[in-house]
Amino acid sequence: MTGILVDRVGARSAGRALLLALGDTAGVAKRNLLRIRRTPRLLVIGTLQPAMLLLLFRYVLGGAIKIPGGSYVNYVVPAIFVEAVLIGCMTTSIGLAQDLQSGIIDRFRSLPMARPAVLAGRTLADLARSALSLVIMIALGLAVGFRFHNSLPAVMAGMAVILMFGYSFSWVYATIGLATKDPETAQVAGILPFFILMFASNAIVPLATMPGWLQPFARNQPLSLAVTSVRALLDGGPAAHWVWQTIVWSIAIFTVFFLIALRLYHRSNS
Amino acid sequence: MPTDRATASGPVIEAEGVTKRFGQTQALAGVDLAAEEGTVLGLLGPNGSGKTTMVRVLTTLIEPDAGRARVAGYDVVGEASRLRAKIGLAGQFAAVDELLTGRENLELVGLWYHLSRRERRDRAQDILDRFGLTDAGDRMVKTYSGGMRRRLDIGASLIARPPVLFLDEPTTGLDPRTRNDLWQFVEELVTAGTTVLLTTQYMEEAERLAHRIVVLDLGRVIARGSADDLKDQVGGSTLEVRVSRADDLSRAAAVMAGLDHGKPHIDRDRLLVSVPTQGGTALLIAAGRRLEEAAIPLDDLGIRRPSLDDVFLTLTGSTGQPSHRSPTEKEVLAV
Repeated sequence: MTGILVDRVGARSAGRALLLALGDTAGVAKRNLLRIRRTPRLLVIGTLQPAMLLLLFRYVLGGAIKIPGGSYVNYVVPAIFVEAVLIGCMTTSIGLAQDLQSGIIDRFRSLPMARPAVLAGRTLADLARSALSLVIMIALGLAVGFRFHNSLPAVMAGMAVILMFGYSFSWVYATIGLATKDPETAQVAGILPFFILMFASNAIVPLATMPGWLQPFARNQPLSLAVTSVRALLDGGPAAHWVWQTIVWSIAIFTVFFLIALRLYHRSNS
Repeated sequence: MPTDRATASGPVIEAEGVTKRFGQTQALAGVDLAAEEGTVLGLLGPNGSGKTTMVRVLTTLIEPDAGRARVAGYDVVGEASRLRAKIGLAGQFAAVDELLTGRENLELVGLWYHLSRRERRDRAQDILDRFGLTDAGDRMVKTYSGGMRRRLDIGASLIARPPVLFLDEPTTGLDPRTRNDLWQFVEELVTAGTTVLLTTQYMEEAERLAHRIVVLDLGRVIARGSADDLKDQVGGSTLEVRVSRADDLSRAAAVMAGLDHGKPHIDRDRLLVSVPTQGGTALLIAAGRRLEEAAIPLDDLGIRRPSLDDVFLTLTGSTGQPSHRSPTEKEVLAV
């Protein structure tokens, strides 16, 4: 790990290097949080998207979808929470591509800061924004009839699962941003995995309505697992089995895409 | 603690046989260069000659395919992270954050150089004052003019007071006054001991700032030396006379031949007769007198020293961007 933080520095202790790396990351996060605060329009529009999804499924399509033994609003709203955070994390790819284009990444890479700091600081700042939009979505969800049916600790655990899963995905989006190097391409490319995971899943409609060949994928793909975990935690019922799988997926996605993104960042020399 | 090798003797920037290929393009084809402490090395070349690629190798942004380079005593590949603490880089595009204030930009860069909180605050203020941004310091950069952004960008590269500074076309797009201020500032830094590598397309800039110049073309070094060395490579001065009427060209050439400084060259399109010369003002006066005696009406008469444009033209067969050419140096005698 220290090899990533400071290449071949023998004299400096690993502890001090880690401390500096955390400071570097906090600096990048501060920069991005300031940017978020100064573009309130982006913040509002970013929240409007999942809000529209919520209203669309609650009032337009929801009437046509029957959930055996339950209400559709309690079925779909936890999924919309997960998707709201994923949509928030999509901005990671666009923002990174913008930074690459503007030349500011060159400046960062010429500075003696820890390698992962630029990416970690950005994904953490975007996570903070996603958390804010999650709070707004919860309020909206309650307004359209969604209700929590579990204890406060379980609900908090559900929110933690949403943010953990979203954070692991922000590294997928970091990778997309670094690979495409162009904000428009990054945006278009970023929608693709989101659409596949959102619609080929149990997020919007029950799996039983899908053709047989699609069901195994839709049942076991990470977003379905995350949504199932969150539903269980917010609504009650056995959750541990799903939560564990979601944690394993999140760690796997984070690890793989962290390494790919770091490699792309190191080599970004457009 | 690692020894501070920047203070060791020998060149502060040195590169040997650096090559870099991007797909089919050989961006650098074996570049050697060196800059001594407290000097300015000018990297001159047309667009696409490899200047920026060389800067990117030296600032650890890309790794060379072959060859070695050291900056402040550290290898650009093996000791990249320690090297980065010793350099400042200001690129072609102002790499500052539009949504942050000038002060926030500077203080954050200071944080990433691991300066203490107090150093960050004090030095950010110093730089704002020094670069004429005192009043704009707490405004978002998106309200800045192009020149202000560039000054802030260069200021940011200086916040850690790095011993080695890389300026990649720092004055491209700046107005003449801002450019002059910047030149003055670079000169002050160099006097204080900073080593600067500067890339430029402006001959005037290389001539004014660079102690040594390396001319790049298609990734190769095609000339190196001081501005004067380079000018000597293309030859000495010429005495030039521009006649008012084309009919007088051959008579003027005869008069010039009589000055016995070499064979006159006639340029019919520009109505110009030129002769190579080592002479100075006395020759100019003599030529003026004889041409007057021969009753040849003149538009212009002068001794022309080769400019770096000529060096460029001679060496590369192109001037890069004609619109950026510096005015021809002349000693003009009114006639």
